[in-house]
Amino acid sequence: MNTQVTIAGVTFKNPVMTASGTFGSGMEYGEFVDLNRLGAVVTKGVANVPWEGNPVPRVAEVYGGMLNAIGLQNPGIDVFLKRDIPFLKQYDTKIIVNVCGRTVEDYVETVERLGEEQAVSMLEINVSCPNVKEGAIAFGQKADALYHITAEMKKYAKQPVIMKLSPNVTDITEMAKAAEAAGADALSLINTITGMKIDIHKRKFALANRTGGMSGPAIKPVAVRMVYQAAHAVKIPVIGMGGIATGEDAVEFLLAGASAVSVGAMNFVNPYATVEVVEGIEAYMKQYHVEDVSELIGAV
Amino acid sequence: MKQKQNAAVFSQEEIAPGIYDMWIETSLAKQARPGQFLCIYPRDKSTLLPRPISICEVSEDRQALRIVYRLAGSGTREFSYYEKGENISVLGILGNGFPLEAAAGKRVFLMGGGIGIPPILELVKQLGGNGSQDGAMSAVCEEVTMILGYRDEKTFLREDFEKYGRVYTATEDGSVGTRGNVMDAVREKELTADVIYACGPMPMLRAVKAYAAEQKIKAYISLEEHMACGVGACLGCVVKTKEIHHHSHVHNARICTDGPVFEAAEVTI
Repeated sequence: MNTQVTIAGVTFKNPVMTASGTFGSGMEYGEFVDLNRLGAVVTKGVANVPWEGNPVPRVAEVYGGMLNAIGLQNPGIDVFLKRDIPFLKQYDTKIIVNVCGRTVEDYVETVERLGEEQAVSMLEINVSCPNVKEGAIAFGQKADALYHITAEMKKYAKQPVIMKLSPNVTDITEMAKAAEAAGADALSLINTITGMKIDIHKRKFALANRTGGMSGPAIKPVAVRMVYQAAHAVKIPVIGMGGIATGEDAVEFLLAGASAVSVGAMNFVNPYATVEVVEGIEAYMKQYHVEDVSELIGAV
Repeated sequence: MKQKQNAAVFSQEEIAPGIYDMWIETSLAKQARPGQFLCIYPRDKSTLLPRPISICEVSEDRQALRIVYRLAGSGTREFSYYEKGENISVLGILGNGFPLEAAAGKRVFLMGGGIGIPPILELVKQLGGNGSQDGAMSAVCEEVTMILGYRDEKTFLREDFEKYGRVYTATEDGSVGTRGNVMDAVREKELTADVIYACGPMPMLRAVKAYAAEQKIKAYISLEEHMACGVGACLGCVVKTKEIHHHSHVHNARICTDGPVFEAAEVTI
């Protein structure tokens, strides 16, 4: 049975990754799961300088999921290269670094710094965080802006570039095609869906940021639909995510056209979720006599 | 080592309106320290996130934990229905706990307000109030003064504390003890201490922090915030720090992992 997948020339031992922002740089969940079992660890977004993030409350529970408005708190690229990369290098898993920024120059600076780091296999460019006012989402909701930043990233990046797309757009295929046209090596989607929760007893917003990104099993059907649409609109590989909790969920994304999948909010619900998804895909392959996981990709 | 595992409910009772007292049998009890907490997962899959609940007591044989929690929403409502013998899903042990060594040779205030009272109980046991079971710790502090703040005459757990020494009580409605909060009791009874340990609502903790600064003594306060992961990965539950924090490299510390107990002077609340 072969579970390997190759995306933009990078081979992963299996198609299971972590969704950026839900897994730190793996240190916290390394206490629960063997990181060597994962296809890749996708790190929390890192910028050229440290970011404080948003005020609390930053998280709220909603039916079948959660809202977050962390605001991309991160220690900045210097600390990240000194602390997080050496930690991840100890493991036999691929490292994908999620990059965020307020301006194109911020992104370029971080991407250039990461170019010196051989252990980083791919870069994921975050142009879809709904929780910061400047940058990020501003680049990810208009096709021409997305084209521009993707082209800039490709100019400076030493590693293959994944553009992480927002679901908060009218037509996901238009965005997928813009990123592909600008040279993106792969796409990942979906980031969180913008939502809001109001505490009716206190008559207050549940989140200090008022709006937040919704994640969790409740958004899975939206994610599967968008992954299907994007994967059929472009030739580059798509990494699918949104509410994945089990191997069955992951297989659904693969069938929709994803070449790999990420486990996100469900890490918070089940700290063993990532490895259970790996095992669940293997069990499915065994049950249906699937020799190579790539047979599942887009097989509907 | 943190673990998610099943634990068996040993007993549960409602000890005041909306306040539940549950003992659970779990091997996590072996490593539990006062001020640490558990995350409990509701079974209802529409409520996904674990509920952080502090440890009230560790059984003498270290096979069971006591948690005392307030019914706050759908998750805790589900917990309140649990009966003896049921299995529940828990993640633990989490958080740093109270620094016991800071009490060495000192006169100590132990302050709890409302649902912040439960974690103070294991603390008084380990700091060696009168009749404490833990002989090893009983020499560490000079004197323990317990001050508990309640809304009204429903003074849950007060009898448990009285086993370990003199308990001062404050109630918001003045029905028992001093009218007001724990700081009002300190002023009315002219109590003094060299170090404070406190858990309670934010206005109380702000008053404790201000008092400690004025008295030039240290206060260790246990904070709470909405959490998602409980293990330090999501950065949902942060508190602002006075200095740049060594882990985050910004002015934020994670309440679940760097806390929940902080030295009051180090955080902005």
